[in-house]
Amino acid sequence: MKTVLEMANQLKNKEVSSLELVESYLKRIHDVEQHVNAFLHMDEEAIKTQAKSIDQRRARGEELSAFAGIPISIKDNICTKDIRTTCASKMLENFVPPYNATVINKIQSKDMILFGKLNMDEFAMGSSTENSAFKITRNPWNLDYVPGGSSGGSAAAVAAMMTPLALGSDTGGSIRQPASYCGVVGLKPTYGRVSRFGLVAFASSLDQIGPLGQNVEDVALAMNVIGGHDAMDSTSAPVDSLDYTAKLKESLKGKRIGLPIEFFGDGINVEVKDAVLAAAKEYENLGAIVEEVRFDLSNLSLPAYYLISSAEASSNLARYDGIKYGYRTPEFENLLDLYQKTRDEAFGKEVKRRIMLGTYALSSGYYDAYYKKAQQVRTLIKQEFDQLFEKYDVLLTPTGPTTAFKVGAKTNNPVEMYLTDICTVPINIAGVPAISINCGYDQKGLPIGLQLIGKAFDEQTILNFAYQYEQHANVDKRTVTIG
Amino acid sequence: MAYKDYEIVIGLEVHSELKTKSKIYCSCTTEFGGDPNTHCCPICTGMPGTLPVLNGMVVEYAIKAGLATNCKIHQFSKQDRKNYFYPDLPKAYQTSQYDLPLCYEGYVDIEMNEEEKRIGLTRIHIEEDAGKLIHEANGTFVDYNRCGVPLIEIVTEPDLRSPEEIRVFLSKLRSILLYADVSDCRMNEGSFRCDVNLSVRKKGATTLGTRTEMKNINSFNFAVKAAEYEAKRQIKLIESGGSVVQETRRWDEAKGVTISMRSKEEAHDYRYFPAPDLMPIVTSDEEIERIRQTIPELPDVRMKRYMEKDGLSLYDSELLVASMKISDYFDQACKQTKNKKVLANIIISEVFSRMNEDEKELGEIPISAENLGKLAHLVDANVISSSIAKKVFAIMWEQDDDPEIIVDKEGLKQISDDGALRQMAEEVIAKNDKVVQDYLSGKEAAIQALMGQMMARTKGKANPKMVIDLLKEILNTKK
Amino acid sequence: MKITKDQVEHVAHLARLSLTEEEKVQMTKDMEMILEFADQINEYTFEDVNATAHVIPINNVFRDDEVSPSMNRDVLLSNAPSKENGCYTVPKVVE
Repeated sequence: MKTVLEMANQLKNKEVSSLELVESYLKRIHDVEQHVNAFLHMDEEAIKTQAKSIDQRRARGEELSAFAGIPISIKDNICTKDIRTTCASKMLENFVPPYNATVINKIQSKDMILFGKLNMDEFAMGSSTENSAFKITRNPWNLDYVPGGSSGGSAAAVAAMMTPLALGSDTGGSIRQPASYCGVVGLKPTYGRVSRFGLVAFASSLDQIGPLGQNVEDVALAMNVIGGHDAMDSTSAPVDSLDYTAKLKESLKGKRIGLPIEFFGDGINVEVKDAVLAAAKEYENLGAIVEEVRFDLSNLSLPAYYLISSAEASSNLARYDGIKYGYRTPEFENLLDLYQKTRDEAFGKEVKRRIMLGTYALSSGYYDAYYKKAQQVRTLIKQEFDQLFEKYDVLLTPTGPTTAFKVGAKTNNPVEMYLTDICTVPINIAGVPAISINCGYDQKGLPIGLQLIGKAFDEQTILNFAYQYEQHANVDKRTVTIG
Repeated sequence: MAYKDYEIVIGLEVHSELKTKSKIYCSCTTEFGGDPNTHCCPICTGMPGTLPVLNGMVVEYAIKAGLATNCKIHQFSKQDRKNYFYPDLPKAYQTSQYDLPLCYEGYVDIEMNEEEKRIGLTRIHIEEDAGKLIHEANGTFVDYNRCGVPLIEIVTEPDLRSPEEIRVFLSKLRSILLYADVSDCRMNEGSFRCDVNLSVRKKGATTLGTRTEMKNINSFNFAVKAAEYEAKRQIKLIESGGSVVQETRRWDEAKGVTISMRSKEEAHDYRYFPAPDLMPIVTSDEEIERIRQTIPELPDVRMKRYMEKDGLSLYDSELLVASMKISDYFDQACKQTKNKKVLANIIISEVFSRMNEDEKELGEIPISAENLGKLAHLVDANVISSSIAKKVFAIMWEQDDDPEIIVDKEGLKQISDDGALRQMAEEVIAKNDKVVQDYLSGKEAAIQALMGQMMARTKGKANPKMVIDLLKEILNTKK
Repeated sequence: MKITKDQVEHVAHLARLSLTEEEKVQMTKDMEMILEFADQINEYTFEDVNATAHVIPINNVFRDDEVSPSMNRDVLLSNAPSKENGCYTVPKVVE
């Protein structure tokens, strides 16, 4: 499995052509996609055409970006101009946006190859990708298991080596959790680092686009492409762009890691706990200082998250009304009928649940008790992180309480599904960055993920910690076999 | 009818479109009209994934409007989402302001029955306009051109006490907004809209009655008529033992009645919450001051100046401040003459009527302020009489020349030579024995005939005051 | 936190969702379960704590008052489920 840098060098030195590169991935897709089902949409001809054009330009001696010809696949809630963008929902099944998300413009400006649109939980609401209206994606490590969600397609495609890079989105853990279930690297940047323009909104104050890849350096390189202030997004942070690879190789000697004990309690599966604690030991071997810390509000972050995200979602999804785009119910008697039937027929169960919860939380008489309270909890969680980061460079936790679960295992109990987000959600609430990397496998052979949390705008530090572990720790590096 | 036992309580909600070039959250044009859906983009039509970015000029204009109406400014302000479903609202929410409007606690002073009255303004906030629905027999068509045009919503305290006050207040408010140059205030184009909230109560009562809200009001006249009708309707209802239902009513101009919109009206739960895609608006003291400096002298201040410093009447002052262009014109012209009354007179009687006749717009007065001022000066200095001034004015209207030059060229200088006039007066008196006798026998008005002959002989150039005095003097010696 | 069927119907109407009777029953159960979970927050009072709406403390994000060309109407309407004469169409609305 080549890294992005290795591929880029081969392309630059013409050891491999763009066409050959994409064809090798397309072959892999032909072999395994039937088992994994990560993609919703892919235009092979367009891909090959773009690859050929890049080869021609290189042959003519044109100076191309270092990333030219590198494939990247996109979660289907990121708008791609003239290419269907469905959010895995019947509501947008035939929606073809006439505009690109800003991140897509950035990718295209580097001549990266837009490889295909990836499956997800409908409107990014879910933790298993089982809420997709179109297909179920399977975990490449064991096809009976879920890949996680909502960016399940992204994680599975990378894990199955069908694409070197993927973009996902993370609102409560939707990049990190599937990354951990699938044994790949997934980064949620600081809120505001990556433009949200063109990301179909779920929870506006929590959503962020982020990269998934096979290794830390690849993910850092992807951040170099997609990160940066965007005038089209008012919530975009007005900070300078970074070279996210700049500090990868820094020594960890003397750096401080906090271990919030609440994330290692009874709710966490023993194998997961052991693997992450073992990783903590590895960090000590690398010279870091590891200390237990308290994160008192961990029990409130999930309820706060579900209230804030559902409230914002209920408002963000109100625009789907059968009038301007998307699904429209075929038979209706009047306007009210049009609205109700369109939304009832085209939204899945989980989406409806969240809309109901969100509407309720904002409704007259309940705003103070639910939404406002949740926003107060948010202030406290942010403060808690701020305090911890005064003493520590990173916090280390498991990415989730368990490894992947079987397809169908949690679909009857929404709250049980929500609990899988317990380690990831506080990060979104506070807007800080976090990365998930593989730290082992459980007895079933399913990947275990650890999460490194950094302070706001300090992606370089968590990438540094992730990289050093990946390169130097005693890590089990198995390859996946599918089908 | 027990009408006079009741007090009418009225509050207004005025929506005014701000005259920015581009929309509030995207860079589509705010131009009025245009083929449907040709002034739109993915942002103002609420397509998935799009995001708003606030037009800074909208904030500036809103604060300007607030300062011009004596409002306080919330230096920390934010935008909120108002959620409801309607086809003219593409995102199914309107971005508006809920609890921290940019401006609050202002007032506008009006004159009613020669008394000054203060109408309180509760708040002024910014929001985005919705689209337009076009109703046809076979369905409703949706045009989003207007979606995203920036509005300020101005809410008054329930301080108005009569339908006629509505007209006076709206005129005043409109005038202020035009002076501040933040809106075109064209009610017929929809850039100035008004909803009327009205309730009644027995005179002397301290609590407010149940109010109704009237919409679909397209002119100041309609606002007054609707209020008159609604007040009567409510009083009648109460007098007959019924009670007023809180509801929205539509003014039907054809029938001259308000009609309940109760079927449309469900208690809206707008589920306001802070707009997560938009950041707070923080305005410094310096910024507020800077904006304040951009507000020109407002009509009230100018009127006071005209009345107190220039000695003009209330009536004349009102006419001059009706438009800032006229007032500025007057102020410019004033530099040429000390006698503001004469100048005001010329503007009000000559300029206005000529403008009406020629159907000229305010920007099109063909006589420069400087030249008009000079004309006033010539009259004031008795170089020409006011009737000659009319002639000169007419010439200037066709060609904007210095009036001194015109007077010279046409030989229109007033004749004020005592000797020449006296000789002429003696001649006229000698030739009009009958008239003289009439005057001497007590018919004072007969002197006008002699006056007329003097003016005819001098082609209107004789100094009228001198003529009258001379005639009287000579006639008196004949008694 | 008990939720009544009336409340569920009211919220569904606010959200313009028409639930079947079966869906209402299930939704009531789901909402109760989720709200019980969410109610953990209500065991606390936060007296002097501000509500945070935005995690990054930026203010005054403005754009200049400049006009850019609007989108071509055909492209704009290309996803419209129902359109006529350059307009989106909806069932007749009585105002």
